[in-house]
Amino acid sequence: MAKITVKVDGVSRSDEVEPRLLLVHYLRDVRGRVGTVVGCDTSNCGACTVLLDGQSVKSCSVLAVQADGSDVLTIEGLASTVDSELHPVQEAFRECHGLQCGYCTPGMIMASVDLLNNNPNPSEQEIREGIEGNLCRCTGYHNIVRAVQTAAATMANGSVGVTA
Amino acid sequence: MTTTEAKSDTVFGQPLRRKEDAHLITGRTRWTDNIQLPGMLHLAFLRSPIAHAKITVDTAAAASYPGVVAVYSAADFGAEMGFMADAWTCHPDMKKPLNPPLATDEVRYVGEPIAVVVAESRYAANDALEAISVDYDALPAVIDVEAALADGTPLVHDALGTNQCYHLLSPGDSYEAAKAKADVVLKRRFRQQRLIPAAMEPRAVVVVPTVDDFTMYSSTQIPHVLRVLLALITGVSESKMRVVAPDVGGGFGSKIACSAEEIISLLVAKRLALPVKWNESRSESMQTVHHGRDQIQEIEIAAKSDGTLLGMKVDLIADLGAYLRLFTAGVPLFGAAMFNAIYKMEGYQFNCQTVFTNKCPTDAYRGAGRPEATFGAERMMDELAAHLGMDPLELREKNWIKHEEFPFTTISGSVYDSGNYEAATARSKELFGYDELRAEQQRRRESNDPVQLGIGVSTFTEACGLAPSRALGQLNVSAGGWERAEIRVTITGKIQVITGSTPHGQGHLTAWSQLVSDKLGVPFEDIDVLAGDTASSPQGLDTYGSRSLVVGGSAVVKACDKVIAKARRVAAHTLECDEDDLEFANGAFTVKGSPGSKMLIQECAFATHLAHNIPDGMEPSLNSTYTYDPINLSYPHGTHLCAVEVDTETGFSKIRKYVAVDDVGVVVNPLIVEGQVHGGIAQGIGQAMFEEGLYDEDGNLTTGTFVDYLIPSAADLPSYITDRTETPSTDNPIGAKGVGEAGCIASTPAVVNAIVDAVRPFGITDIPMPCTPERVWRAVSEAKKAHPHHGSAHGGAA
Repeated sequence: MAKITVKVDGVSRSDEVEPRLLLVHYLRDVRGRVGTVVGCDTSNCGACTVLLDGQSVKSCSVLAVQADGSDVLTIEGLASTVDSELHPVQEAFRECHGLQCGYCTPGMIMASVDLLNNNPNPSEQEIREGIEGNLCRCTGYHNIVRAVQTAAATMANGSVGVTA
Repeated sequence: MTTTEAKSDTVFGQPLRRKEDAHLITGRTRWTDNIQLPGMLHLAFLRSPIAHAKITVDTAAAASYPGVVAVYSAADFGAEMGFMADAWTCHPDMKKPLNPPLATDEVRYVGEPIAVVVAESRYAANDALEAISVDYDALPAVIDVEAALADGTPLVHDALGTNQCYHLLSPGDSYEAAKAKADVVLKRRFRQQRLIPAAMEPRAVVVVPTVDDFTMYSSTQIPHVLRVLLALITGVSESKMRVVAPDVGGGFGSKIACSAEEIISLLVAKRLALPVKWNESRSESMQTVHHGRDQIQEIEIAAKSDGTLLGMKVDLIADLGAYLRLFTAGVPLFGAAMFNAIYKMEGYQFNCQTVFTNKCPTDAYRGAGRPEATFGAERMMDELAAHLGMDPLELREKNWIKHEEFPFTTISGSVYDSGNYEAATARSKELFGYDELRAEQQRRRESNDPVQLGIGVSTFTEACGLAPSRALGQLNVSAGGWERAEIRVTITGKIQVITGSTPHGQGHLTAWSQLVSDKLGVPFEDIDVLAGDTASSPQGLDTYGSRSLVVGGSAVVKACDKVIAKARRVAAHTLECDEDDLEFANGAFTVKGSPGSKMLIQECAFATHLAHNIPDGMEPSLNSTYTYDPINLSYPHGTHLCAVEVDTETGFSKIRKYVAVDDVGVVVNPLIVEGQVHGGIAQGIGQAMFEEGLYDEDGNLTTGTFVDYLIPSAADLPSYITDRTETPSTDNPIGAKGVGEAGCIASTPAVVNAIVDAVRPFGITDIPMPCTPERVWRAVSEAKKAHPHHGSAHGGAA
C-alpha cells in the first residue's frame, strides 16, 4: 500500500491505496466523487476526464499514486455545490441540449473547460478536434459543439475559466 | 371537452430545457456503478477465449485467492439458473437452442461466460479469474454465415441437427407477375455489417437481498420486462423482486435483455445473502452485449423503363450468432414490412434465412430490422435511377404514396395512417440547395476533379411503437404493445406522473411534464415523473422501438383525461351545477356564463383528500391510471440529403453537407426531437463509414475495443441542417409518430448513396459498408484497371 495526499475539488486528504489503483477508481470509490465515470478500458472514450493540476487528463490512464501531491478538479468541483452557480460550460450544455443520457457529459464538460482555458475563441474545427478524445453516442456532437461555442461567447463576456 | 384539447402556448411544443440535465451536468448522478453498500461483494466473469470448444472447469485454485469469497461455475447452480429467454417464435419449425447463463459443457462464442468470481473488491475479483482452470477441447468454429448453410458444415449446436434457425419463404406469385411486365430487372447484393451498439455506460448490476426479497439495480432499458423474465428463469417470485433502472447511460437496444450476468448476480446474492455488484469492462461489453444488423440482402426490383416500380423481391440471410436473445430471431422480420418503404408496387416477396454461427448473439440495435430494410430500398432506388438516367428524387416521386392517398395499405399489409413525402422532400431540397450541388457535381465530373462530389438521397419511412397487442399475438411475439401511466395529484396540488416507459436519455421527465402541464393546466415545474422502478411503477413495457411518446405518452394523456373527469364531478358538486355546464381550461373549471364561479383542479384534488364533501359514492381521489394499447403502429418519415466529397486518389470521404427534414407528427419538445435526430444521424453515419464488428476465421473478435471499433468522434462528423414538417398521426391521441430511430435509419443509405454517386462515373455501383477510405480507394483503383476507358470521372456512365 502507498500513502498519497491528493487535493480533490478543494479538499486535501491522505489515503492508503494499492499502488495499482487507477485515479478514476480512487476518485469514485475512495473519495466518493462519482460524477467521473468509466466508459472504456483503452483510454479512448474520455468519460473519466478530470483536470489534474489544471490540465485535462483521462483519469483511467493515471495511477492514484501519480496524483500524489496534486490538485484534482472533477465535475463535482466545477460547480462547488448543487446550488452554486454553474460554470459557463455546464450552463451551455444545458442551454444547447448538449447531452442526452449524460454518461459522457462530465468528461465532455471537463475536456471543454480545458479546451477553452487554452483557446478562448476556438473555431468549429478546433472544437471538434479539441474534444476528439471524448466519445458521445447520443448527441451526434452537433449540440455539444454549439454548447462549447456558446460557453466561449459567455466566457469572453467576462466570466473566467476555471483552473484547478 | 373541446377546450382541454387545445394546445397551451406556454408549454406544449416549446423547446424547453430539460429537467433531467441539472444532475447530469453537475455529476450528482445515480449510475448503477455508483452504488456502494456495506459488505458488498464484487463479481467478475471468466469468459471463453475460444469460439467453440468442449470445456471442463476447475475453480478450486481460484477460490483460495486473496479476497475471494466464492467461485461458481454452472455445476454449482445446476437447474437453479435456468435458461436464457427468447421472446418470439417466428416460425413453427424454428429451432431453439438451450442457453444456460453459464456454459455447462460447451462454449459457442468468444466471451461466453463460464464461471464467476465473487470477491471483496473489483480488483481482487479480476485477479482470481486467471486462477480458474478450464480445459478447452476445441471444436470447429462456424464463422461464415453462408457456408454455415452448406451440407456437411460443422454445427454450432449438434442437438439441433442444422445451423438454420428457420427459413421463411413467402409466396412469390405477385412478384413474378410484376416481373413479367418489367422492362428493367435490377439485382444487388448488400451486406449489413455486424455492428456493436456501444452505449457509453457499460452494463452494471447491483443486487441487494433482504430476508426473502431482492432489489436489483441494473443499467437496463427494461426493468419491468426484466423482472418478469428473472422470475420465469430463476423462480424468484415477481412480488419478491424490485427492479430499478436508475440513471442509464444509453441503450440503443443493447440493454433490452435479461442477461446472464443479471441472472447470476441474483443467484449469487441469494446464495450469499449479501449485496453484490457487477460492472463490465468495455472489452467485455464489446464481446458479449448483443450485436446488431449482420445480414446479407439480395434484392431484385422490377420496373418499367419510365421508372414505374413494379415489384421487389428480398432474399435475406441473417447471422444470429450463437444463441437466441429476446428478439434475435425476430429482428429480420421487423424489416419484412419495410422493404417496400414509401413506394407503391404490384408485387413483393420476402424470404428470410436465419443462421447460427459461433459469434456473439445479435439482437435489436437502434431501428432493429428497419434500418436494414430502408437501406435496401433506398439503395435500390438510387441504383434504378442511375440505370435509367433519372434524377433519384424524380424516381421516388413517381413511385411514392401521394399525400392525398393516405391512409394507405402497402403491398406488405401495413396501414400508413398519414404522410406527406412531397412536403418533406421539397423542404429538404430547398435547404440542401439540391440543384446547385448537382450543377457543381457536373462541373467536377467534367473537369476530372480528383475530388468528386456525390449526392445521396434517402426518402424513408419507419414503423414505431410496436403494437397493437392483438397483432403481436398473431405474430407469436411473447409481449404486448401497451403502456401504462398513472397520474397522482398530491394534497398540495403537485402532480406525480408514473410511467411504465423507462428513459435512458430520451427526456421523458421533460416531455411528460409538458404533456401533463398542457392537459391539466398545472405548472410545468409542479410536475414530477417517476420511472424505471417497479416499486413505484408496478407495470410497464419499458423503452424500445421509439414507443415512448406514441404509446407511453398516449397513456399519460389518457390518464389525464380520467383525472379531469373525476375533478369535473367534484367541481360540479361543489359549484352546484351540472357537469355539462362546466368548462375546463388552464387548470380551472368555470360555470358556463358565470366566469366568477370557478374551481381549480388542485382545489378539486384537495377536496377529495379531505373527502368532507364530495359526491355520494365517489372514491376520494383524483388519482387515475390508464393502460393504453395503440390501434396501429406509427409511421414517421422524412427526406435526408447528403453531399460527400470523395478524394478519388486517396479514397477519403468527407461529408460536406447533411440536410434532414423529418416528419415525426406532432412535436412536444423540438429541442429533444432535434437532439434525437442528430444522434441518430451520427449513428447511421457510423454504420455507413466507420463501424464494423469483425471476427477472424477462428471466431476471435478483432474489433473488441474502441481502438479497433471506430465509433465516430466529433472530428469525424459535420454539423447537420435539420428541419421538419408536421403531419399528425391519426392513430393516437397526441398525433406523435416517434423519432428515436429515424436519423439512424435514414442516414446510412443517404451517406452510402452519396459515396457511390461520387464514384459512379468509374462504373462503380456499390461500396460495401463501412465505406472506409481503403474500400473506396480499392474500388476506384480496381474500376480503373477493369475499365481503362472509364479512367476518368468524366468518361463513365452507370
